[in-house]
Amino acid sequence: MDKDKVQAAIPPYRIFDHTADLGVEIYGRNERELFCNAAFALFDIVTDVSLVHVTGEWEVFAEGGDLEELLVNFLREILYMCSGEGLLLKEFMISEMDNFHVKGTARGEPFIHGRHCMNIEIKAITYHRVEIRKASGTWVGRVIFDV
Amino acid sequence: MSDIRVEQLDEFRWIIPPTGGMRVPGIIYADERMMKRVEKDESLNQVANVAHLPGIIRHSLAMPDIHWGYGFPIGGVAAFDAEEGIISPGGVGYDINCGVRLMVTNLQFGEIKNRVKDLIIALFRDIPAGVGSESSLKLSVDEEKRVLREGAGWAVNRGYGSSADLATTEDGGRMQAADPSCVSERAIERGRRQLGTLGSGNHFLEIEVVEEIFDRKVASTFGLMAEGQVAVAIHTGSRGFGYQVCDDYLARMVKRGGKPDFPLPDRQLACAYIASDEGKEYMAAMACAANYAWANRQMLMHRTKQTFEKTLQRSPREIGMRLVYDVCHNIAKIEEFPVDGRKKKVCVHRKGATRALPPQHPALPDVYREVGQPVLIPGDMGTGSYVLVGTEKAFEETFGSTCHGAGRVMSRGRAMKASRNRSIATEMAGRGIVVMAAGKKTLSEEMPEAYKNIEEVVNVVHRAGLSRKVARLRAVGCIKG
Repeated sequence: MDKDKVQAAIPPYRIFDHTADLGVEIYGRNERELFCNAAFALFDIVTDVSLVHVTGEWEVFAEGGDLEELLVNFLREILYMCSGEGLLLKEFMISEMDNFHVKGTARGEPFIHGRHCMNIEIKAITYHRVEIRKASGTWVGRVIFDV
Repeated sequence: MSDIRVEQLDEFRWIIPPTGGMRVPGIIYADERMMKRVEKDESLNQVANVAHLPGIIRHSLAMPDIHWGYGFPIGGVAAFDAEEGIISPGGVGYDINCGVRLMVTNLQFGEIKNRVKDLIIALFRDIPAGVGSESSLKLSVDEEKRVLREGAGWAVNRGYGSSADLATTEDGGRMQAADPSCVSERAIERGRRQLGTLGSGNHFLEIEVVEEIFDRKVASTFGLMAEGQVAVAIHTGSRGFGYQVCDDYLARMVKRGGKPDFPLPDRQLACAYIASDEGKEYMAAMACAANYAWANRQMLMHRTKQTFEKTLQRSPREIGMRLVYDVCHNIAKIEEFPVDGRKKKVCVHRKGATRALPPQHPALPDVYREVGQPVLIPGDMGTGSYVLVGTEKAFEETFGSTCHGAGRVMSRGRAMKASRNRSIATEMAGRGIVVMAAGKKTLSEEMPEAYKNIEEVVNVVHRAGLSRKVARLRAVGCIKG
């Protein structure tokens, strides 16, 4: 099994304008890094990740009919870990992946009132115009978060 | 820039003639200036995309507060044949039964002018607001299921308000189709701690004052008696519970969407036939979220009443806070409308649109039967709200629907940039509005320039005849998440 510890690509993501919601363009040197950077972008947007310590590790698993659906479903799982389970995560690792499945781990800690902040609420990850393409050696993904 | 071809039909209506897979034309209600802005983003493509869905009746409609959403545009209205048509979670949105509730009081602004700040501080303390805000009440799973089945009635039975409130809540604050067995464990878990909370983003609780009355007869029927009267508006929805219901069903329908018998122009439009098991299950789960939202707003109203009494040291009778109406603006419902000269059951999706029933409609409470349904339109932070009334024309043209609010014109990122080095709270205070927000960035993202001018939106629906202006209220205090 090929493990791929992620180093941040520069930049891991940028926000693009969408009138009502939040568009995120994510970059990676390969699909795994793209997925990890997408998960990181989510937490970088909702909280100040520099205040998040790594005290635990949680597994994450998602399925999809193609790579785009897989990215959305992976981020849906990650978002549920935040809004459903109250976790703040900052380090991600993908251990297994193909076009239809992704399995990995996320590290961070539970949200603590007073220590952590929440900047914004992401209600959901949408499938609206989700896109993944490879451009001159870099993987680029675009996802719209409902905020 | 949109590549969709639009033709002007009359002063306030624009048509997208059907092309490609569109089954019906699109119709947008807007004036010329608004239309120029609308053409800049992708919302017209979204109006056209909705027209592709099976069973759509007459038109894919958009109200003047239309803006780019995901799947359906915000401000979109579409009705589907209840037997042969579809139901789409993306046509309702994540915040199922996001809506507005307006209460009036016996108080005059002069009496509370110096107490607005105290009231806002007390409301901010008593009403949980902000990202992931949690309630002091943690429901057992069985109790939560009762909330999902009974809606606002559950809250009334637990002592939050009176049964009279149910009469002036859309659908009596309860959708019958609700079935908690169609809801995931995740949704149930998220719902346990959030009942009685305001949430974040554009949700708010606002103290308002009647500023101008356009139609005295209708206004007094609604309890809006005179300029200077104090009112309270609450804008929130079904919280994390509703987001999860939408998310669960969208994922299910996208997954199955690999083999539809019709092409989908956008995955976010994933849908199911209303008559299919999946369609019925979504309707049953969505109804649970709608009921959760009504129970939520009912509880928030009750807490607001108590906070007013405690802070002002006045009796409930002196304050006289009572519900004008409660509307939802993110919902799909089976309703009856005349289609081709016959009454027909249709599934109306209103995503950022408000029901606006005409006088004499059987779904109206007795007190409003003569005048029509109150329509509550919140503006951006600090502009206050409009109260409109439903019309026959909306019933005929837009499946009894009208606009829902101002609608964003600026993305949150652009709003953050535009507000850099400014204190929005101080600016609001300068305009006589006390604002408190839980989130650091909320005030910047929600600043007034980020929204369309509510007056322009309301003037279009008024002049197009989709609803009539009754009164305008201005904000004097606001709490945000």
